[in-house]
Amino acid sequence: MTTDAVADAQIGRLPVALAVEEIRRDFPAMELKVYGKPLAYLDNAATSQKPRSVIDAEAHWYLESCANVHRGVHALSVRATAAYESARQKVASFVNAASAREIVFVKGTTDAVNLVAGSFARGRLDPGDEIVITGLEHHSNIVPWQLVCEDRGAKLRVARLDDRGDVDMEEFARLLSERTKMVAVSHVSNALGTINPVERMIELAHERDIPILIDGAQAVPHKKVDVQALGCDFYAFSSHKMFGPTGVGALYGRHDLLAAMPPYQGGGEMIRTVSFERTEYAEPPARFEAGTPNIAGAVGFGAAVDYLERIGLDRIEAYEDELLAYATAELEAVPGVRLIGTARRKAAVLSFVIGDVHAHDVGTILDQEGVAIRTGHHCAQPVMQHFGVPATSRASLAFYNTREEVDRLVVGLDKIREVFGG
Amino acid sequence: MSDLMDLYQEVILDHNRKPRNFGPLPDADHEAEGYNPLCGDQLKVYLRVADGVILDVHFDGSGCAISKASASLMTEAVKGKSVEEAEELFGGFHELLTGDPSVRGEAPEKLGKLAVFEGVREFPVRVKCATLAWHTLHAALSGDQEQVSTE
Repeated sequence: MTTDAVADAQIGRLPVALAVEEIRRDFPAMELKVYGKPLAYLDNAATSQKPRSVIDAEAHWYLESCANVHRGVHALSVRATAAYESARQKVASFVNAASAREIVFVKGTTDAVNLVAGSFARGRLDPGDEIVITGLEHHSNIVPWQLVCEDRGAKLRVARLDDRGDVDMEEFARLLSERTKMVAVSHVSNALGTINPVERMIELAHERDIPILIDGAQAVPHKKVDVQALGCDFYAFSSHKMFGPTGVGALYGRHDLLAAMPPYQGGGEMIRTVSFERTEYAEPPARFEAGTPNIAGAVGFGAAVDYLERIGLDRIEAYEDELLAYATAELEAVPGVRLIGTARRKAAVLSFVIGDVHAHDVGTILDQEGVAIRTGHHCAQPVMQHFGVPATSRASLAFYNTREEVDRLVVGLDKIREVFGG
Repeated sequence: MSDLMDLYQEVILDHNRKPRNFGPLPDADHEAEGYNPLCGDQLKVYLRVADGVILDVHFDGSGCAISKASASLMTEAVKGKSVEEAEELFGGFHELLTGDPSVRGEAPEKLGKLAVFEGVREFPVRVKCATLAWHTLHAALSGDQEQVSTE
């Protein structure tokens, strides 16, 4: 039986709830030990572990289909092109894009945001114009906009957060004006777990004919995303946060918008004809994929989509919601723990501080217990400033995590209180 | 667990809880700021120097236990020392954390209390926390007004 057939058979036997122990066997990293202790990997918002099927798909491509895409007449090149384009189709279906040509393969979410900032927003900005973002953005959804604003004499406006870590929607609506030329918001906050009401944000932006980009890096591993139902203009996400390889991601862009955009980078692959006088550009998505792409990565990305669809994002979301509720209650019960970010709708991210112990010390002590979390500002310094903390500790959960791993986090926190007193 | 206790020695925990020479030095004639972007440690070192001797030294800022305790113990170690001696201590301290112990042997006696940081060498990502204050001291002494960064 092939790996896929085995997985299919396993899934077929799964009840409605997630069979986590079976799922964990799909991920070789779940077997790892650190300092002689089983690894409890709770740093999924930074990057996720990869199932065997993704690792195999990438290796398989290198072993049997390694050739450049779109430019060879030989058998391997045809095979490589088919694998690459099939991955694009899978990614398109995954977010329900109307067509695969609306999916541009990029390096990752950061690259996708930079593409839209540089190729789309830049040309629409005049001095005095504005771009609206929110207070919970990752640096990758702040800095690219700052760069084009500086370049064009435009202004970045930021809708602030409330005390729970929800965007103040009244202010968000108020910031949108005839000067606003672009809106860019996260679907899910990496630092706080807040799920933004993107449906309403898109509606508000479109009422004023303002294009809107959604940074979906933290959303796609946790919930079903349908770009057509959302109606957003752009949707950016990374493979590596959704159990695929690093170094590849996707930009969904409405085809009419992509078709009207100038290239992002020049090179091979993105052209129709070149002479020293003039170059005609290829149609999207090729127009935005200059140079040899990360073909193996894209193939692995496609395998990650297959994997997630076999498990089912509805079931993943339900499982993670339950695990989040459990973890929230457990952490709140630890004396001295304060959760940072208690939004009404949250993905499975728990940012916290414990007493006056610095996050870096928390991280080191948990690491010794085999519990991997992220500490620091999570590339979201404005969020830290909003909550008046220099850094937080962050546990971010995926569907392969268990209550037992959450319990080990709590035991680790008890150890911290032991070392630091309190 | 023994490794962890090597890192968080009682002296370190004590200086973290009750940092010595903490707060600005009003009549400072040298100062510099240090920043560790990895974990957000941020501290400022203030000095009063005359005739090549560190008459007084203070620090403030926020950071992890290792960076705070290191800054606190540093102020105790260098107060009253000549600038040259302070720089030598920095060299010895740096060697303690990053050098090969099989070559170096025991922690040199002149490091005194600073030897409690020897356990940090087992935690490579934390070495920068322990040396931040010293890099900042060096910047203040050499009149380098640029912010010091560990990255």
